[in-house]
Amino acid sequence: MNTPSDTPGQNKSRGALVFAAVIIGLFFVGLMGLLAYGVKQSGRADREALPSPLIGKPAPAFDLPLLHDPATRIDNADLAGAPYVMNVWGSWCPECRVEHPVLTKFALTKRVRFIGYNLKDERGEALRWLEQFGNPYVLVIADEDGRAAIDWGIYGAPETFLVDAKGIVRWKHVGAVTDEIIARELIPALEKAEAQQ
Amino acid sequence: MSVLPRQLRMLTLALLLGIAGPALAQASDPTPLQFNDNAEETRFHRLTAELRCVMCQNQSLADSNAQIAHDLRREVLDLMRQGKSDAEIKRFLVDRYGEFVLYKPEMSPGTWLLWFGPALLVIAGGVVVLRIVRRRSGGRDIAEADDNQEW
Repeated sequence: MNTPSDTPGQNKSRGALVFAAVIIGLFFVGLMGLLAYGVKQSGRADREALPSPLIGKPAPAFDLPLLHDPATRIDNADLAGAPYVMNVWGSWCPECRVEHPVLTKFALTKRVRFIGYNLKDERGEALRWLEQFGNPYVLVIADEDGRAAIDWGIYGAPETFLVDAKGIVRWKHVGAVTDEIIARELIPALEKAEAQQ
Repeated sequence: MSVLPRQLRMLTLALLLGIAGPALAQASDPTPLQFNDNAEETRFHRLTAELRCVMCQNQSLADSNAQIAHDLRREVLDLMRQGKSDAEIKRFLVDRYGEFVLYKPEMSPGTWLLWFGPALLVIAGGVVVLRIVRRRSGGRDIAEADDNQEW
């Protein structure tokens, strides 16, 4: 009987086959790893949230009226000098109602200036919303047509930004904020921003 | 008063005929975009088809009915009228929303694997096939021995 290991040439080709099988096996394991990673990522609640290219860059220049006093306008310079958290909301946004108690609790700690960004809302509706659910913001700026929001890379509500004393965007969260996100992401980002001042 | 039921009947008919979809979509668009001429419209449609909606991530900016898509379409048209080039408009959106908005990502070190990965795989496969073919033609007697093997 002739077995494949009889001649040196066959031995060599068998070695090559084993090598190819190992490579293909590794490739397959790699693909499985990618799949597992993808499945794990798809379980994240914010899986559709996009990373903001604004992180580490200056906050966009804006000049918007106050919701409660449209005659007064607020721009970047008015907010410079200390960090602030800016929460994008609208009375039309159901998720904003979900995060509202969480943000209110956070605002009451007075850890940082907490500013509201009222996006594409009707003034009366927005004021009524704040009256009904409570106003945790030190001030609310109103962006009725959503133009300035494009400069911020805002694509809906709720979204929440952290801007440091120098006006650099440090952190952003898309979707409703939870206690866990505040403790695990926002507070550490704030501490880091304060330490670097 | 008899007008309303008749309109309702018409609406029902429209729904049944399946033409209510576009009608409702237009209703949610408060100010439909007006184009100055055909060239502008063509350029606008081509450009927005290449941009991805950030809210509804499987749709292009041209197709989406999301509010932000409407706002961004208006912004794109404004930028076009300011005389910005297609590249400048894309840059504008990438600076704010990230590379994600481009259906065709730009060539950069971060996207090299994306662009050249498939070509690399084809080349690697070609090399493997070439080596196997060469080896087979080199050891012809092995191939003959294979023919006699029972599987």
